[in-house]
Amino acid sequence: MRFFNFHRLAAIVVKEFIQMRRDRLTFGMMVGIPLIQLMLFGFAINSNPKNLPTAVVLGDNGPFVQTLLHGMKNSGYFEIRERLDESAAREALTLGRVQFVLTIPPDFARSLLRGDRPDILLEADATDPAATSNAISTMQELARSVWNRDLSGPLATLAGRPDPVNLIIHAKFNPEEITQYNIVPGLMGVVLTMTMVMITALAITRERERGTMENLLAMPTRPIEVLLGKIVPYILVGYIQVGLILAAAALLFHVPMMGSLLLLLAAAFVFIAANLAVGVTFSSVASNQLQAMQMSFFFFLPSLLLSGFMFPFRGMPVWAQYLGEIFPLTHFLRIIRGILLKGSGLHPTLVELGPIALFLLVALAVGVRRYRQTLD
Amino acid sequence: MNGNPAIDVRGVTKSFDGKVVVDHVALRVEPGEIYGFLGPNGSGKTTFIRMLCGLLKADGGEGTCLGFDFLTGSREIKSQVGYMTQRFSFYEDLTVQENLDFVARVYDLPDRRTTLERVLREHGLAGRRHQLAGGLSGGWKQRLALAACMLHSPKLLLLDEPTAGVDPKARRDFWESIHKLAAEGLTVLITTHYMDEAERCHRIGYLSYGRLLTTGTVNEVIAASGLHTWAASGPDLQGIVSRLTGKPGVEQLVPFGTTLHISGIDPIKLGEAIDPERKPGTDWQKIPSSLEDVFIHLMDSSRDNFP
Repeated sequence: MRFFNFHRLAAIVVKEFIQMRRDRLTFGMMVGIPLIQLMLFGFAINSNPKNLPTAVVLGDNGPFVQTLLHGMKNSGYFEIRERLDESAAREALTLGRVQFVLTIPPDFARSLLRGDRPDILLEADATDPAATSNAISTMQELARSVWNRDLSGPLATLAGRPDPVNLIIHAKFNPEEITQYNIVPGLMGVVLTMTMVMITALAITRERERGTMENLLAMPTRPIEVLLGKIVPYILVGYIQVGLILAAAALLFHVPMMGSLLLLLAAAFVFIAANLAVGVTFSSVASNQLQAMQMSFFFFLPSLLLSGFMFPFRGMPVWAQYLGEIFPLTHFLRIIRGILLKGSGLHPTLVELGPIALFLLVALAVGVRRYRQTLD
Repeated sequence: MNGNPAIDVRGVTKSFDGKVVVDHVALRVEPGEIYGFLGPNGSGKTTFIRMLCGLLKADGGEGTCLGFDFLTGSREIKSQVGYMTQRFSFYEDLTVQENLDFVARVYDLPDRRTTLERVLREHGLAGRRHQLAGGLSGGWKQRLALAACMLHSPKLLLLDEPTAGVDPKARRDFWESIHKLAAEGLTVLITTHYMDEAERCHRIGYLSYGRLLTTGTVNEVIAASGLHTWAASGPDLQGIVSRLTGKPGVEQLVPFGTTLHISGIDPIKLGEAIDPERKPGTDWQKIPSSLEDVFIHLMDSSRDNFP
């Protein structure tokens, strides 16, 4: 007996490869996860988002304003979507439909020509500081230099001053631009996604793997009883997590809580249920706990990367944004950031809750269909 | 029990991916009867049992189980059947009592506490009620499984190799309980590989490649096989084996410790074949074929019929 025998080592290596090849799903994941990572990191993620949707409130629509709007568009950071009145613009900002609102006062051109340095107001949805900071510094540069060509000849004296206009920037909802305010509430969604999907996927797969499922099915239990029975305890677990994170957010990170916590807890219910439904669906497909774990990751990774948690949602190309809209986390992030930071009420919450509810229904339908009452 | 058969099914068929696993099996079991299901691994015993208790849908067949249509009444059947799976399928991270309590709740038993206590006592589990099921030895796990199957007082017990991996003493205790329960009117359908267990059944059936080849009491099955057996004991049994193998009339040679069983259907040819081996020092006796001889014979011949 030698201390180390390469034939014995080879025997184990070969056996591992055979088992790896048999487990098609695991094999697929080994290839699939790097590919997905590559696609997401490589193409979809952009920490310098451009073409941010902007609404304008124009008290003046003269050539100087047009110059500014053109300048903003050409910078690549702003995409001027609509011209609204003041209250509609504010609502668009709260709903998250636009990232910026630019307000030009009446008599802008006259004040400018008179050298009065008129105010222009740029309101930004700063819940995610990373999404807006580059655009804001571009705007500051524009305010300094965009009229250089217009203000030539006899008007050159106006351009010579440090700034022809007074640019006021309101970073709304997170005025100090504290990143934690954005991350900590978002973490609640991330943690819930991670644990809810994985726990249910594992809990049901374990039942099958250990052979106890056969027993459950032989008893007069109905599938819906088994499914609900497995889900209910984890809803409770989910709420404990919600409570912990909310407490930490308030006590440790001093995250503002502008809106109704009750509304948040109600919205969290739908979100938790949607994730549990995904877990159930995975468990009905997975044949062992490892597969269930891998599928959970397969779901978790794009959720994390495409939801706007790690990288600004609007920084992603359009196809990735559409993809991101599918995931419950994307909408829950908007809900929780809306409620905590913007003080959003029922209406904006319901708008985002709709897609989560739809996702829940689809996932549950697939899960119950796949969960077989009989073993075949 | 009003004399109607507990199980009365005909033409039960099931295939997986085009492979026929149970092939037109007909079975009739009377109330209070212990029916033993025998057959090699993969012969369709487990599949048949799963169809009876509604875990699998049969592809074809008709009949009743406990008076309910076995194709459409699986809901009613499930509530009156105790099914003990081949593999221990209770929760290893729950204690004995917690497992039983879980089952009692699932069946929604009216008087849960007292039923639980009675079953714990009857199955001798009271002393281990707080032990984790995962820490029990094979024999105790089997007791727990039987107790769990009996909680809801079923009329029919389906036992799928209940004694695999259980020591002889525990097996004997187990069979004592089964006979006691059957005497009280419970019908039992049990699969096994052990011959001594088959002999404890009122009637047995032999399943091979999905077909029920023979059925009846042990003696009927042996008689129906038409098998004749000689037992040889002596110094050179291995030599006898090599010389008799393949001779006309000799169908099987099975060593049993110090004796050798030589069996065949045709007694005359068999006699002619062994005549040359009747030497001094070797003792020859004509014996009644044992159940094991018959089963090995059935196994060999069915392999020829269904390649």
